[in-house]
Amino acid sequence: MTEFDWTQLLDYSLMAMLLAVGIAIVRLRNLFAAVMLMGVYSLISAAWFVSLDAVDVAFTEAAVGAGISTVLMLAAMLLTAREAEPVKAGRHWAALIVVSVTGAALFYAVGDMPIYGDPNSPANAYVGMDYITSTPNEIAVPNVVTAVLASYRGFDTFGETVVIFAAGLGVMLLLGLNPRKKKGEGK
Amino acid sequence: MNPHLVLRVVSKLLIPLIVVFGLYVHFHGDYSPGGGFQAGVIVAAAVILYALIFGVDAAKRAVPTWFVKFLAAFGVLLYGGTGVATLVLGANFLDYDVLHPDLAHHSGQHIGIILVELGVLSTVFSVMMAIFYAFAGRAPDIPEGEW
Amino acid sequence: MIELLAERFNFIIVIILMMTGLYAVVATGNLVKRLVGLSLFQTSVFLLYITMGKVFGGQPPILPESAEGHGETAGYDAAAHAPETALADAGHHVEAAIYSNPLPHVLILTAIVVGVATLAVGLALVVRIRESYGTIEDEAINQADYAVDSAGKNA
Repeated sequence: MTEFDWTQLLDYSLMAMLLAVGIAIVRLRNLFAAVMLMGVYSLISAAWFVSLDAVDVAFTEAAVGAGISTVLMLAAMLLTAREAEPVKAGRHWAALIVVSVTGAALFYAVGDMPIYGDPNSPANAYVGMDYITSTPNEIAVPNVVTAVLASYRGFDTFGETVVIFAAGLGVMLLLGLNPRKKKGEGK
Repeated sequence: MNPHLVLRVVSKLLIPLIVVFGLYVHFHGDYSPGGGFQAGVIVAAAVILYALIFGVDAAKRAVPTWFVKFLAAFGVLLYGGTGVATLVLGANFLDYDVLHPDLAHHSGQHIGIILVELGVLSTVFSVMMAIFYAFAGRAPDIPEGEW
Repeated sequence: MIELLAERFNFIIVIILMMTGLYAVVATGNLVKRLVGLSLFQTSVFLLYITMGKVFGGQPPILPESAEGHGETAGYDAAAHAPETALADAGHHVEAAIYSNPLPHVLILTAIVVGVATLAVGLALVVRIRESYGTIEDEAINQADYAVDSAGKNA
């Protein structure tokens, strides 16, 4: 590259922040701090999504990951425990071996993956670009992501709505919407 | 003076704006980033903000639990109902072109997309509210001093 | 070799983030922290997909609003600051702008919302476990289960 691309600098700094926050989450024992850092991680991911031209995804990740998910985890943390027990050495080393083996296997596979940003990679060349060229003819909606989500792949979105409904049902069955106020009262 | 006076006044100004913004995101999902999921979460965030400042009981009076339960099922029904409506009008399931006779500008697609995204908005909003009510309404087992 | 890795550095970063989340899931005994690690893993996988869909020189996949363009070239030449594509042939359907691939965006949009729904169910289970067992460390829960089992066998 002859000229330095300043947006790449933004990408690198976001990646570095993600790595730092990820390692901090793993090392922290205070659950409140871990949950807060999870919200920060989601927000930094949302910023990186914008840099990667995925604006719909960034919107959803910021709203859902940094918003609702943080509220949920805080509420659960308040109802359960405030600190995690320290990790025993045996378990720590076993986990590290598992993670290293998995990571090594994934690194071995990196050689076969497409080049970052390649417009002719198999992921980008066929169906994805077809959606962009045929959306103006068949759907006439400027936001291609909404057109694909609601029209071309409307069936999948229907299934997703049912999954969200089922999860809401699950939580209602497990916890109940009008739970007991004090310990000792019967359900 | 109420120590939360600033919070109460500012939130009373902000919560209607947040709801309007959520509806804007939903209706402009065709033209800009947005759609049903983001809009549902934004409207849920407005009600959660109300619950955080005025109390869960006040929020349960504003958005009652029976309404939340109804809306969750209604969203899925609206989505499926749009598909059945297109079936009844003669086309495939969820083929939106038949919803409006103007085929040159594909107005049927706009109508169909707004309807199904409304279903998604309803379900996402009510499920987020149901989850919040389930967690926030529960008193912790452990008294404050024993953490 | 270095060139190979440098062109695919996004995968390397994402793999490191995924392994961080996986370590949190495997090593921690605390159930809430395990779910936080799982959420970390999930967000890293989303990053994997979205970095695969990125096209250099591309724009977000939102087509410019033109005068009821029906896909002819007139609708898309209006994007004044769009970079010219090297793939443009001299034919009729010339795309004046390059867009990033919209398909991973659609998949990940679904995945994010489903992920938070399953996180909610998992956290509800953890809250119930806490109320039943009095603890959320998995070692203590296993001990309690073995004690009940052995008491049942001996009775």
